[in-house]
Amino acid sequence: MRKPVSLALVEDAQVGDFVIVHVGFAIGRVDADEAERTLALFAEMAAQDAAAAATAP
Amino acid sequence: MKYVDEYRDGEVARRIAARIATELQPGRRYHFMEFCGGHTHAIARYGIGELLPPQLRMIHGPGCPVCVLPIGRIDQAIGLALQHRAIVCTYGDTMRVPASESLSLMRAKARGGDIRMVYSAADALKVARENPGREVVFFAIGFETTTPPTAVVIRQAQAEGLRNFSVLCCHVLTPSAITHILESAEVRQYGTVPIDGFVGPAHVSIVIGSGPYEHFAEEYRKPVVIAGFEPLDVMQAVLMLVRQVNEGRAEVENEFARAVTREGNLAAQRLVAEVFELRERFEWRGLGEVPYSALKIRPAFAEFDAERRFGLVYQGVPDHKQCECGAILRGVKRPTDCKLFGTVCTPENPMGSCMVSSEGACAAHYTYGRFKDAAVVAG
Repeated sequence: MRKPVSLALVEDAQVGDFVIVHVGFAIGRVDADEAERTLALFAEMAAQDAAAAATAP
Repeated sequence: MKYVDEYRDGEVARRIAARIATELQPGRRYHFMEFCGGHTHAIARYGIGELLPPQLRMIHGPGCPVCVLPIGRIDQAIGLALQHRAIVCTYGDTMRVPASESLSLMRAKARGGDIRMVYSAADALKVARENPGREVVFFAIGFETTTPPTAVVIRQAQAEGLRNFSVLCCHVLTPSAITHILESAEVRQYGTVPIDGFVGPAHVSIVIGSGPYEHFAEEYRKPVVIAGFEPLDVMQAVLMLVRQVNEGRAEVENEFARAVTREGNLAAQRLVAEVFELRERFEWRGLGEVPYSALKIRPAFAEFDAERRFGLVYQGVPDHKQCECGAILRGVKRPTDCKLFGTVCTPENPMGSCMVSSEGACAAHYTYGRFKDAAVVAG
């Protein structure tokens, strides 16, 4: 499905950027580094849980 | 979809839930309000409520745009279509909100009103261009997320010299609504709505930034964690709130750092400030009249203000007597506390505004809470 999206509110958006769209307008860009950082936090939690399980008596 | 699917992993969600359960202090109860309807919807849709321990309760807030729209405003839009014979364009959710005399925009359309559902404010502008001989009004509702698009089209209309386009501006402000809840008698004195912290809005915060919440955290000693709309975002934000409560902190934290900055979208804020100014008072469904909680169109754009153009006067109208939307929007009651819920009032035939939008507390509970089956049995 294709829908026209206005970039009037994020004029510095570049081809290849991910934007967040609300009622047909891009309202902000997704920061790829920050997105990875949040996912890394989840992965870290999983690793900690696994380590805790391994060392449990 | 990238940046969406990764934040929906069920295994990780259960892991965060387990972490929350181990970190809760025994004998302590935790109450967090998710302000935004997008979060209310996510919590119901992904069953987040069931993943959380019973001593932690999520309270639904008033951040559902159509839920807080009072009957009097819908009446104005209906009047524009039926009496003034204008083409009224509006977002889909607004169509079924109950108005006076058993009407809604949908029913007014059936009575011959030219009412059109639009996906974007830009579509309303297009309708105006295509119908130069007709008055076209965009019935603009919503929080800080829908306001910048409305500002864009008003400026565009001025630039194009469109003479038949105007806006019925019903845009409202998130920080004023949060203040109103924190100042309400239920929260301050009676303790009937204990709130230990807020899950801060996702899209609203992209626009306004995390800065405006710092006042609540400081002044009212309530932690705020801004969260994205995906289930893992909400779970992680709840965990961050639990930690703040346990450590006696009241800070603004940002789980949604991939899209929210402290200052927000400055270009959008500048546009909004150019086109709109504060209203002294605005009636909200459920909250009543809230001072400086909404926007109106600045005099420089007066010709695009439908209230001025058509000489509209606001007339407040009380809600259905048994409808508990007001108390539900203030977090005082839950959808299932309402006598009408799931019996007289359903998403197909909503009596109150909370049953209309998928972001409304009642509609979300009804759709994802197995009430559908219950209603069939009861009927």
